Amino acid sequence: MSELLNNLLFLPESASTFAERVDLLHHFVVVTTIVMSLGTGLAALFMFFRYRRRTPAQATEYVVPTLKTEFLFVSVPLVFFLAWFGIGFRDFTWVTTPPKDSMDVYVMGKQWMWKFSYPEGPNGVNVLHVPANRPVRLLITSRDVLHSFYVPAFRIKMDALPGRYTQIWFEATKPGTYQVLCTEYCGLSHSKMLAEVVVLPQEEYDNWIKEQRRGRLQDRQDALADTSLVPPVARMVEQGQVLAGTQGCLKCHSVDGSQHIGPTFLGMYDRVEKLDDGQQIRVDEAYITQSMMDPGAHLVSGYQNVMPTYQGKLQGPETAAIVEYIKSLRTPAVREGASEGPAYDPIQ
Amino acid sequence: MTPSSSLDTAGAAPHGEHHDHHPNYLVDGTTIKSWLLTVDHKRIGLMFLFWVLLFFLVGGIFALLIRIELLTPGPTIMDAMTYNRTFTLHGLVMIFLFMIPAIPAVFGNFMLPLMLGAKDVAFPRLNLASLYIYLAGAVIALWGMLNGGLDTGWTFYTPYSTHTTTTVAPVLFGAFIIGFSSIATGINFIVTCHTMRAPGITWFKMPLFVWAIYATSCIQVLATPVIGLLLVLVTVENLFSFGMFDPARGGDPVLFQHLFWFYSHPAVYIMVLPAFGVMSEVVSTFSRKNIFGYRAVAYSSLGIAFVGFFAWGHHMFVSGQSTFDAGVFGVLTMLVGVFTAIKVFNWIGTVYKGAVDFKTPFAYFCGFLFFTVFGGMTGIALGTVSLDVPWHDTYFVVAHFHFIMVGATIMAFLAALHYWFPKMFGRTYHEGWGLVSAALIILGFNATFIPQFLLGNNGMPRRYYDYPERFQALNVASTAGASLLAFGFIIIALYLAYALVYGKAAGKNPWRSKGYEWQSESPPPTHNFVGPQPTFPEEPHFYVDPKKAEVPDAV
Ligand code: HEM
Ligand SMILES: [Cu+2]
Repeated sequence: MSELLNNLLFLPESASTFAERVDLLHHFVVVTTIVMSLGTGLAALFMFFRYRRRTPAQATEYVVPTLKTEFLFVSVPLVFFLAWFGIGFRDFTWVTTPPKDSMDVYVMGKQWMWKFSYPEGPNGVNVLHVPANRPVRLLITSRDVLHSFYVPAFRIKMDALPGRYTQIWFEATKPGTYQVLCTEYCGLSHSKMLAEVVVLPQEEYDNWIKEQRRGRLQDRQDALADTSLVPPVARMVEQGQVLAGTQGCLKCHSVDGSQHIGPTFLGMYDRVEKLDDGQQIRVDEAYITQSMMDPGAHLVSGYQNVMPTYQGKLQGPETAAIVEYIKSLRTPAVREGASEGPAYDPIQ
Repeated sequence: MTPSSSLDTAGAAPHGEHHDHHPNYLVDGTTIKSWLLTVDHKRIGLMFLFWVLLFFLVGGIFALLIRIELLTPGPTIMDAMTYNRTFTLHGLVMIFLFMIPAIPAVFGNFMLPLMLGAKDVAFPRLNLASLYIYLAGAVIALWGMLNGGLDTGWTFYTPYSTHTTTTVAPVLFGAFIIGFSSIATGINFIVTCHTMRAPGITWFKMPLFVWAIYATSCIQVLATPVIGLLLVLVTVENLFSFGMFDPARGGDPVLFQHLFWFYSHPAVYIMVLPAFGVMSEVVSTFSRKNIFGYRAVAYSSLGIAFVGFFAWGHHMFVSGQSTFDAGVFGVLTMLVGVFTAIKVFNWIGTVYKGAVDFKTPFAYFCGFLFFTVFGGMTGIALGTVSLDVPWHDTYFVVAHFHFIMVGATIMAFLAALHYWFPKMFGRTYHEGWGLVSAALIILGFNATFIPQFLLGNNGMPRRYYDYPERFQALNVASTAGASLLAFGFIIIALYLAYALVYGKAAGKNPWRSKGYEWQSESPPPTHNFVGPQPTFPEEPHFYVDPKKAEVPDAV
């Protein structure tokens, strides 16, 4: 019965303890709604046939409701609504109150990916591993705009707010892979902000954790080779780091904040620079590229015009890689992709 | 003459002669200037009708573009940025330029003074000003949307709206200006109800449409300043980097949501209460029955207006709001549902023992009943906190608010257009085409939005340019429904345009309605009534056969 309703109503598979509770109430509410709206619709239709106008001038009786009728009109819906609310609120309280023994995972939304990290374990992007039949508490935040973490199969959702942590918990009941969607509009690639939750049986989960901690070289290479897991940007940054060395950028630019022949790369991106001609400019991709190709165009005040042009020496992708590398120096480096071993980085 | 009116006590002069001395409002002055500078509420209502329909067309075209884009996953006819701008434009135009002014500014303006036996609204010049303020705001907002193109959605949630590179400021400024039009119209109606009722029209003898417009105006006047303030704050934040809402500068993004919904939740009742009012008139006229529970219907409008102010938090159940808050807002949401239920039951009671004439407006009433009950009850379902957790911000919510807000309002708008068409233009339309297009529209609407409820159940988030494969079948169904809907609107446009020019003369009261507005000529003369001020000794909606009834004098 419940299975049939789930299919008729297009509900996704229900794979958490909360999902089972939600679905029961869902059926009760939706069936009552359909019955009521068809009921009123049919009542109107029936009355139309029963009380059709016979002559153009036909007059009617004066009918007004008694107090009892109006009372019925109010109390019947109220009883239903409050019953739904009561059950719903009990379940809601349940899902917003994590059990004491739950395992924590930090979740961070960022345009346009989900990052997961365990307080003392691996971290990763767009794939969350959790054990089955164990309460998991999610501590959710965002690095830029609002996002919302939604797992249809678990029937849970919670907004990710910058500068604040929200929490929700779940207990997955079936091993498998479930989709994560972002449900708060967050810009251009909002609909691409997808991730997945991999629910493993407890032993497999323990093995997975051990693998992560051992940090075998093979894993690391696999992770880097697996392009679906590691966003291209991460590889570009590494490439850019190598290039910055081989092309000689680092002879004049430091990456630790100290000033040398040229301005440091650390924190350069998005900084507002004062120029020689008194103007100001915000360092963005365009400015970094221009500075490589035509270093004298906008000279940062306080520095000599000594940098050689790289026009023709760098290919397009190489330029992009260096730009990405400089961008990555904006904040302490964030490792992307599957974990490379015992990682204790704080979530960024 | 009808015993309920003493309109024609003006003298024994036959109708024809009145016409010579009192030309109807359509032909009293034919220069462009006589229209653009008119202070006649009927002409102003008509001009609003023109603009509102134009913006409905614009919003509708964008709706179709959205539906076509969603026909297949991945890019179909536009890129992601264009899509994001398209749904923003659709939402903004439909809500601020169509839905909010549609019924009050057009039919409220036209009918309210007639229904109160007044010569005009209380402040005719302010009334004209509100038209131009509305247009000025519309031009500024549209200009902003086309130059730079806003992509935040109509909700403008921060910090996205303070970070986006698209132009937010002119659009916000435009919306801010439109708010003043809303406030001006609201004040005008409130004062008119208080001061311009003809002798005999006590508060509880006002037609229910007037009650609905009165309750709506109260919301408009009280809530609109809040969004005005909010729009100013966001603009300032945007231009001068204030830190009100942006956490990067110490602000609070959730504060924005509270302020936004504190206006926008009551705003949904600004859109739907006038619709309820229209339907009370329609159901009474076409069942030829007094309203079952007149006072209950009138009070429930005020009730909705009141609790509507305290339910805004139900848009924020998963925003990190405390569990306690969620409970409070959940219960208050249930109360809105109960007030709506009172109306629904009393409308059905009105048909009971009536004499039903199934004309086009009544067809829309049937559609309206279904949309309101289903849309309203899915609203209750959303107010059931644990169920809102998976549904929030998915297509289920999209379907819910289209059912109740668009479905009910469009039904009422079309019902009003057909019901009052003879009054406004003095001509009748083709009833057969009316019924056919009503059927098409109701069918098309269900076909568009029922699949969206299922999409939401299945987990498809709203504002998605692209979607996983498994959502496609339902999206195709929804797009097919939308084209049916568009087809229905085209038919309406055609036969109404035809009726405007070639329609048969309607006569004073083609529906034999007892509504007060039908006691004037069709179309009405410039100052609404000829002769001394009319009086209305009977209740409105009073169809009782005087021989049959021992009429109780109180409800
Ligand atoms: C009667 C006219 C109504 C209108 C015009 C209306 C309109 C809307 C709109 C526009 C939204 C979407 C907000 C957004 O996410 O952008 C919404 C959501 C909601 N409505 Fe209604 N509504 C109406 C009636 C009701 C009723 C009667 C209830 C319940 C008593 C209700 C409960 C809700 C709830 C709980 C939500 C939040 C859903 C969510 O964001 O997840 N609504 N409504
Ligand atoms: Cu997002």
